[in-house]
Amino acid sequence: MDIQLSNICHSYGSVEVIKNISFNIESGKIVCIVGPSGCGKSTLLRFIGGLERPTSGEVLQLGAVPKDSLNPMTFVFQDFALLPWRTVGGNISLVLEDHGIRGAKANKIIDDVLSRTNLADFKNALPKQLSGGMKQRVAIARALAVNPAVMLLDEPLSALDSQTRELLIDDLVDLWSKKPFTAVYVTHNLEEAVRLGHSILVLSRRPGEIREVVTIDIPLKDRGYGNAELEKQRKYLWEIMRNEAKAADLELINV
Amino acid sequence: MSDKLNVERPEVVKYRGGGFAPKPHRWVGLAVFVVLILMVELGTQTGFISNLTLPKPSDVLITFSELYESGLLWQHLIPSLSRLVIGSIIGISLGVSVGIMIGLFSYVRAGLVPLVAALFPIPKIALLPLFVIWFGIDETSKYALIAFGTFTPTVVATYGAVDNVDRTLIRMGQSFGLSWFSIVRKIVFPGALAGILSGLRISIAIAIILLVAAEMLGAEYGIGAYILEAGSLYDLERLFVGVVILSVIGLLMSAFIGYFERKLLNWRV
Ligand SMILES: Nc1ncnc2c1ncn2[C@@H]1O[C@H](COP(=O)(O)OP(=O)(O)OP(=O)(O)O)[C@@H](O)[C@H]1O
Ligand SMILES: [Mg+2]
Repeated sequence: MDIQLSNICHSYGSVEVIKNISFNIESGKIVCIVGPSGCGKSTLLRFIGGLERPTSGEVLQLGAVPKDSLNPMTFVFQDFALLPWRTVGGNISLVLEDHGIRGAKANKIIDDVLSRTNLADFKNALPKQLSGGMKQRVAIARALAVNPAVMLLDEPLSALDSQTRELLIDDLVDLWSKKPFTAVYVTHNLEEAVRLGHSILVLSRRPGEIREVVTIDIPLKDRGYGNAELEKQRKYLWEIMRNEAKAADLELINV
Repeated sequence: MSDKLNVERPEVVKYRGGGFAPKPHRWVGLAVFVVLILMVELGTQTGFISNLTLPKPSDVLITFSELYESGLLWQHLIPSLSRLVIGSIIGISLGVSVGIMIGLFSYVRAGLVPLVAALFPIPKIALLPLFVIWFGIDETSKYALIAFGTFTPTVVATYGAVDNVDRTLIRMGQSFGLSWFSIVRKIVFPGALAGILSGLRISIAIAIILLVAAEMLGAEYGIGAYILEAGSLYDLERLFVGVVILSVIGLLMSAFIGYFERKLLNWRV
């Protein structure tokens, strides 16, 4: 299933946030969205996930939703959004219960996603016992449990320190290489964007428009740390971003 | 620099990080009670406190054991407890439901919040004669008074607690396609539980106050009736037995809620 964004425009009151965004998200590919703060990245992601409606324009699903997908559009949030009163296993079971999956069947799925995210030993731990990186892994496991057609990740690693982030990027690459998934990945961090994105959507400052689409052809698992080609792409992205970010900064002062 | 260090012993950085972190010290509370009672006992024994001012704690204890042995204790306690329990269960369950509705639906909020704000400050005791006319002199009017008295603080605590539930968790629930009812039951309610339980402490204290008021007005048996009778005879020992029983009920209720808090809210950081 592909996702098509067609002519998306959005305003909050008199503030124009997103302007004329059209783009295709191909099945099995990771699209990264980068752009200056406040340019509407999170808003765009909420449109794709159906949590909000754009003022004009549409988000279209092309092709049938895979039958085994319980929740085609699945979010991974920056602040993890785990229920603190449920254990790791309970948090995953939460999203299965409403689909009538309980008991042994649920346990099978839970054990599977926990082992895929290296969390098998933490099934009965409460979120307060986990580090930030582990919490985000639980959130990723929870997202995997519903077999999403598209994963929507809103700065999933921003709340983590850089070492943990590095580890989780590897984990995501690993997960994708074993079983490709479609994802839209919003980030501030260009390093993350070049490591994970098959294509990178650069948005302008508010109102967010597509400034440029950068595609990177290197396979994900060959994008190791310190790859020269990636470094070049990252610099290139930063050149585009810097001017936007600068202008966005000045704009805020003028308000 | 290094010479200087050798001469003067370097000062240890002053610790200033203590406090502001409540820790459980159970025995302190008990010690306060014991010390206070001992002081009163000593004062009344020596005559420093006249026996018109306060009864001897030891006499109060004797009166209590007499009450217990005569079997009258249960005759007073059981009706009181059942009034308390039935009345507050009605009030609290209605209060929690209405509070959650206010928290969830903006029309309910717009309609009921002013009404609750208007009802809250009314001294419910003042309405007792009205309740007697509406519901009769028997048990029903007592249940109604206690229910009404616990209802308003429970509503206020509950909708405040619902308002404070982390919105990102609700968003998360929606993003996974959870049904409305599941979100309320599995996210909103557990998220609000801490606030609801702390509201219950207040509601239950109010319930005990109203229980006594209701029993003073028209009841043959009950702690309130017992206290009223002792008061009109100026029988300080019995008066204090009644008061102590009420305090103990309050303490037990609060301990009960504390137990639930520790059980249900052990996920809190
Ligand atoms: N519910 C809302 N009501 C009004 N304005 C909003 C709302 N949500 C977002 N905005 C505004 O829309 C703009 C875009 O917000 P959005 O959160 O999508 O930006 P972002 O690109 O994700 O920013 P960041 O990089 O800081 O996460 C911001 O200026 C924000 O203030
Ligand atoms: Mg954002």
